[in-house]
Amino acid sequence: MMRTRPIAAILLRRFYLVRTSPARLLPLFVWSAVDIVLWGFITRYLNVVTAPQIDFVGVLVGAVLFWNFFTRVMFGVTTTFLEDVWSRNFLNLFATPLSIAEYLTGLVISSIATSTIGLAVMLVLAVALFGLPFLVFGLALIPFLLVLFLFGIALGVFAIAMVLRYGPAAEWFAWPIPAVLSPFAAVFYPVAILPTWMQYVARLLPPSYVFESMRAILADAPLVWTDLLWAFSLAGLHILLACGLFIRVYRHAVRTGLLARYTAETIN
Amino acid sequence: MKALSLVNLRKVYGDTMAVDGVSFHVDYGQVVGLLGPNGAGKTTIINMILSVLEPTAGMIRIENCDTVSQRRRALERTNFAAVYAPLPGNLTVYQNLRVFGLIYGVCDLAARIEEVLEKFDIAQFRNTKCGVLSSGEQTRVGLAKALLNRPRLLLLDEPTASLDPATARDIRTTIRRFVADETVGILWTSHNMAEVESVCDRVLFLSRGRVLLEGDPRTLPADYGRDNLEELFIAVAREPLTLGGNGR
Repeated sequence: MMRTRPIAAILLRRFYLVRTSPARLLPLFVWSAVDIVLWGFITRYLNVVTAPQIDFVGVLVGAVLFWNFFTRVMFGVTTTFLEDVWSRNFLNLFATPLSIAEYLTGLVISSIATSTIGLAVMLVLAVALFGLPFLVFGLALIPFLLVLFLFGIALGVFAIAMVLRYGPAAEWFAWPIPAVLSPFAAVFYPVAILPTWMQYVARLLPPSYVFESMRAILADAPLVWTDLLWAFSLAGLHILLACGLFIRVYRHAVRTGLLARYTAETIN
Repeated sequence: MKALSLVNLRKVYGDTMAVDGVSFHVDYGQVVGLLGPNGAGKTTIINMILSVLEPTAGMIRIENCDTVSQRRRALERTNFAAVYAPLPGNLTVYQNLRVFGLIYGVCDLAARIEEVLEKFDIAQFRNTKCGVLSSGEQTRVGLAKALLNRPRLLLLDEPTASLDPATARDIRTTIRRFVADETVGILWTSHNMAEVESVCDRVLFLSRGRVLLEGDPRTLPADYGRDNLEELFIAVAREPLTLGGNGR
């Protein structure tokens, strides 16, 4: 059974760090805000030079907003974990009664808090500056955000499993993951544009269904709710697989001594 | 009931036997010294007790709780301090103690934090980030964390290694008082034999992953024909095979 106080401890630690550190506070929303502003102006320019019946605001700014939300969720998990890597805190932390489930829950809740800040800032900018028709998505917003959130958590847990397995330097595997996935997730274009083999990969990525649905709504096409249900199921499956991988990697680290001598990196 | 029981504990890395069939126990009210040269297996044993390293074989029980099947209950009763595991330097002393107090489920945490701050004379550093403290001050903060949950088993891996002699003596006094006042057993590693003689009720000499000698640190050297504990330590490190039949 999970206890609330150890989970609160993980959250409190993150709060203490973010509260007093601009280096931690600003990245929660600055890069997302910059992306919204940049793509907002690109969109305005495209609206000027293309046919007047096409409005790129929803398609491009909306896509940037949803994709940034997903990446903030993922980085929310990885960054909270990396704080323990950077401060060499593994031995102190894992020699306590804290369970893996409690630790992961703490990372997830921490990510909810930090990604919500980023989402709020992006929404304000996208709606106020560029007129993003956010409310046009209606109830579909709930599954959109939920699917992206779940997949962000799954990838975050996958990334920290990699860092735990391959050592502190493996954080450089974690940061580019969203960029590597973005061509397959069809963030800015329909899945049908992709070569066939990339379409197969796209079908395994829950965000591709979100972005397809988003474009469908903006084009006044019917929304296929079963696609979103499938995306939700896929995201749930990805979370299960990621948590399973993390537990497996953790057990390996405990068996081989990697956890106790984490900075060594080379224990197999 | 014992604070700690180890039965036939083994740890194998590939072809290397790091810990080879170690059995011992720590009673309440007792400070047991775990001694041996570098690489003898002391830290490996401590890591296995703390459940951050899985034994290849054997059993560890902390106050009758098996560290594998009852990990949480076992670790709730345990704490440790080690020079190689300082608390995160980017949090203040108070923040670190609060975070770890929550993880250990300490009751009346605010009051307990004040107690350990006073006990280790670090109240003036309450709002100082641990990373800017001297190594001796960091050691005291680590010890404060180690006593936070009033552990039944306390593991101290070279706790005074970075302290000046005066502070080290104060720390030893504080810990001896803790043993006298609370129901706790302590496993203590140190390379300072004078300290071991003054603090430990019983010592275990490890060599190549095995317990070679065991006994009272004040009488053990004479039992094995050595003048003092330091000479015995050197003998264990250099010629462990000659010690088996020398004593008693």
